[in-house]
Amino acid sequence: MEDAGTAPRILTAKEAGLVGCTECGRVHAPGVARCTRCGTRLSSRDTASLQRVWAWLFAGLVVYVPANLYPMLRTTLLGKTTDSTIFGGVVDLVHHGSYGVAAIVFVASIVIPVSKFIAIGYLALSVQRRVQMSAHKRHLLFEVVEFIGRWSMIDVFVVAILSSLVQLDFAASINPGIAAVSFALSVAFTMISALSFDSRLIWDADVGVNENE
Amino acid sequence: MSVESPADALDPSKLIACPACDALYTDRDVATGETARCARCHAVLEAPRRTAMTRIIMLALSALILMVAAIFFPFLELEAAGRIHRASLLDTVQAFSSGLTAPLTFAMAGLIVILPVIRFCALIYVLGPMAFGHAPARHAEFFFRLADHLRPWAMAEVFIVGVAVALVKVAGLAHIFIGPAFWAFVALVIVTVLKDNFMSRLTLWKTLERRRAS
Repeated sequence: MEDAGTAPRILTAKEAGLVGCTECGRVHAPGVARCTRCGTRLSSRDTASLQRVWAWLFAGLVVYVPANLYPMLRTTLLGKTTDSTIFGGVVDLVHHGSYGVAAIVFVASIVIPVSKFIAIGYLALSVQRRVQMSAHKRHLLFEVVEFIGRWSMIDVFVVAILSSLVQLDFAASINPGIAAVSFALSVAFTMISALSFDSRLIWDADVGVNENE
Repeated sequence: MSVESPADALDPSKLIACPACDALYTDRDVATGETARCARCHAVLEAPRRTAMTRIIMLALSALILMVAAIFFPFLELEAAGRIHRASLLDTVQAFSSGLTAPLTFAMAGLIVILPVIRFCALIYVLGPMAFGHAPARHAEFFFRLADHLRPWAMAEVFIVGVAVALVKVAGLAHIFIGPAFWAFVALVIVTVLKDNFMSRLTLWKTLERRRAS
């Protein structure tokens, strides 16, 4: 990459003995508690950040299990009630022949959450130990994870829309299942996990590796 | 643009640190229309745009008006076996209001309606006085920070994709009619995306600080 040569010459605020604000970029002398420009609490590196990342990630993982085991939708058609889980919903869509939508739901509710768990775990580990992936690629991974996390909420919204729309008493009615709650919680917890991650740590780890070599 | 040696006068007020990776730069004024990026992680540092403040306020105001329309007009109509069922945005929010799923009602209301509205109001409150050349309003810093922190949690655009998926799912079951609120909401999403594209966080913070001082 074009910037590969210039990267090692970049001085960070931490190396210069200063503290940068993560909200507005203002630089302060060490010891200042809050940013004078925007009032954000300052820290050279958020040392407790990794603990928060792991805690929220674990919480998200725990509630993701019932989200897949319990029904997401409860459909009543002419008095006959059927429960469908997240994966069951995808299978139904494939049977109906709507492959595009099946793919959207499958990616949003299964592929994205699972790869998010792996990606956040990997990033958190990469800060603590040596890894192969360069800081550039890990930063890109972090930005993708941060951007894409909220899109997992699609399935919860689908359940909400279906249950409010399809209420035709006997003929057909759709009601939300308990999995909707645990799935929404799982998405929220992993979003908080990604937001607690101090992305500056990614670059620190890389500098450390370069110095060791 | 990077500081070449630590021997340079490290006056903190003349420096700027990349919020994403902590790389240190000398803080210079970026020309209107240009975009300054971090040389290391490529995060956008500053991107001043002409009349950006006025545009953000106008777009936030339009988004607020569209939100009112989206809430009160019918969102979707379903016709099956000669019966029509209408659902507004509020019905959608209340879909979880019974049983164990009740807490989701509040989450839904927050994600789709309340948090976006708080964001629009906060931005208007912060930028409104500044766009007209006044000093920033009291606690403007707090509200701008609030607007920035709420950004990932305002999920209007995710909701629209959810609507599209839901439409396909019930298409076989009944006739679906799209109400005016749906289009208002689509317009709202477009306006929100446009507005966020005009916003350059660091530039606005610097403007805020400068106006506060003068």
